[in-house]
Amino acid sequence: MTHTPHRLEIEKVSIGYGEKIVMRDLSFQVPHGARVAVVGPNGAGKSTLFKALVGILPLHSGRVLIHGELLGAHKDCVAYIPQREDVDWRFPVTVNDVVMMGRFGKIGWLNRPTKADKQIVWKSIEQMGIADLADHSIGQLSGGQQQRAFLARAIAQEPHILLMDEPFTGVDVTTQEVTLNLLDHLRNQHVTTIISTHDLNLAASRFDLVLLLNHRLIAYGTPQKVFVKENLTQAFGNSLLVMENGMMLVDECCPPDEEHILHHAEVK
Amino acid sequence: MSWLLEPLAYQFMQRGLLASVIVGILCAVMGTYVVLRGMAFLGDAMAHAILPGIAIAYLFHGDLLVGAGVAAVVIALSIGFFSREGTVKEDTAIGILFAAALSLGVALISSMQTYAVDLSHILFGNVLGVSTSDLWLIAGLSFAILLTVGIFFKQFLVISFDPVLAATLRLPAELLRNLMLVLLALTVVVSLQTVGVSLAAAMLVTPAATAYLLTRRLWPMMLVSALIGALSSVIGLYLSYYLNIVSGSSIVLTATVFFLLSFLWKRMKST
Repeated sequence: MTHTPHRLEIEKVSIGYGEKIVMRDLSFQVPHGARVAVVGPNGAGKSTLFKALVGILPLHSGRVLIHGELLGAHKDCVAYIPQREDVDWRFPVTVNDVVMMGRFGKIGWLNRPTKADKQIVWKSIEQMGIADLADHSIGQLSGGQQQRAFLARAIAQEPHILLMDEPFTGVDVTTQEVTLNLLDHLRNQHVTTIISTHDLNLAASRFDLVLLLNHRLIAYGTPQKVFVKENLTQAFGNSLLVMENGMMLVDECCPPDEEHILHHAEVK
Repeated sequence: MSWLLEPLAYQFMQRGLLASVIVGILCAVMGTYVVLRGMAFLGDAMAHAILPGIAIAYLFHGDLLVGAGVAAVVIALSIGFFSREGTVKEDTAIGILFAAALSLGVALISSMQTYAVDLSHILFGNVLGVSTSDLWLIAGLSFAILLTVGIFFKQFLVISFDPVLAATLRLPAELLRNLMLVLLALTVVVSLQTVGVSLAAAMLVTPAATAYLLTRRLWPMMLVSALIGALSSVIGLYLSYYLNIVSGSSIVLTATVFFLLSFLWKRMKST
């Protein structure tokens, strides 16, 4: 499929939980190896989009193509760093065990990990700077270290596309730095990375493309093109403050995440 | 040493001991999933839900294990069916099916003439009544279940720890979950003869919960759990022989002592 320059294509996709549509008629294309920031207000459907791309949430309509083939045709080419709440931290696994899980897709159903698998796991752990913690239980680690363990697993998975849901929220500076370094490393490996973030500054400075969402596509393109007043007003509405000198402010701290809001909606 | 060998002079004791150890190990291994996935309620429910299967088999003079096995698989798959896509919450589905099956079982058994004795055997097991053919069936089924766990160890680990990763790896999570339920159901059936339906749940949970306190990886947890399950069975059976108490109870109580000891150890260590 080398004739298509776009390696991830989202075509007229609508996603939702049951009858409730959270994301409507979304279309965009990500070139191979690009780094995309997904931004938008809370509850705009960022996590929902990720869940659909991972394949946990079925599409209402439209289609997702990876390398020109339908989502699911490729095994293990999408890696996902889950949000913290989605993991049982008391489960009896070590860091090494967690990272090895990233290899399971390649190992095959009935085989055991080979030496090569173990090497890849070890390299990923070293790269994330948690080599000294490899034999620790995942539950003993700090939040940032846990995130790095999951990043190591994502690298061990050798994905073509890496999805990260809010990797910069609530982690220590070291982990932020390690994560950003990892992004540079992945760029060299031509891995496409799609990352949701609330940090608009980071999105503007460290990403090739920005996807601005609010239940639909508001804007998509380079940060300079996306971060203009009209787009931001459309996305953030009243929470956007435009100063006289042209500076724009968004206050976007800590409302409940979109799943909770949805659950309430369903209960009613 | 004669007190160790004396009970073994009886063939039924030898068979009973072997059966208990096998069941102890099997329950302990499956129990790790029960404990880690929070399925303790399910294990308990499953144990009681197979009652109608046993009763029907008994009424028609069929093999009790076969009857129980069919009932267990039906229940396991029904729970999967009712809770699919969240139509009904899983524990609600379990609660409804568990109560319905238990009532049906008791209703059927109450129509029998030897009601009291049979019910107590079914509820609390009759380890000394294990025949040679029972023993073979127990051993064969246990081996098959443990082998399946060995084969799907990786997959079960992923669906238990991180369902999202299971989705990205395109594992057939629904299928694996049902397979696990069926294995659990068969485990309960196998443990019927030694500890009975009401104590099978304890053998599923207690050794695994003990091992959870002592280990920090899944594989060692299974081994330690199996060891505790086997030891509890041996010690419990000897206690039952010398104190003249029901074997199922003494086995479960021994396992409980192990749990209390490791709980205290864990508490002391963390202070």
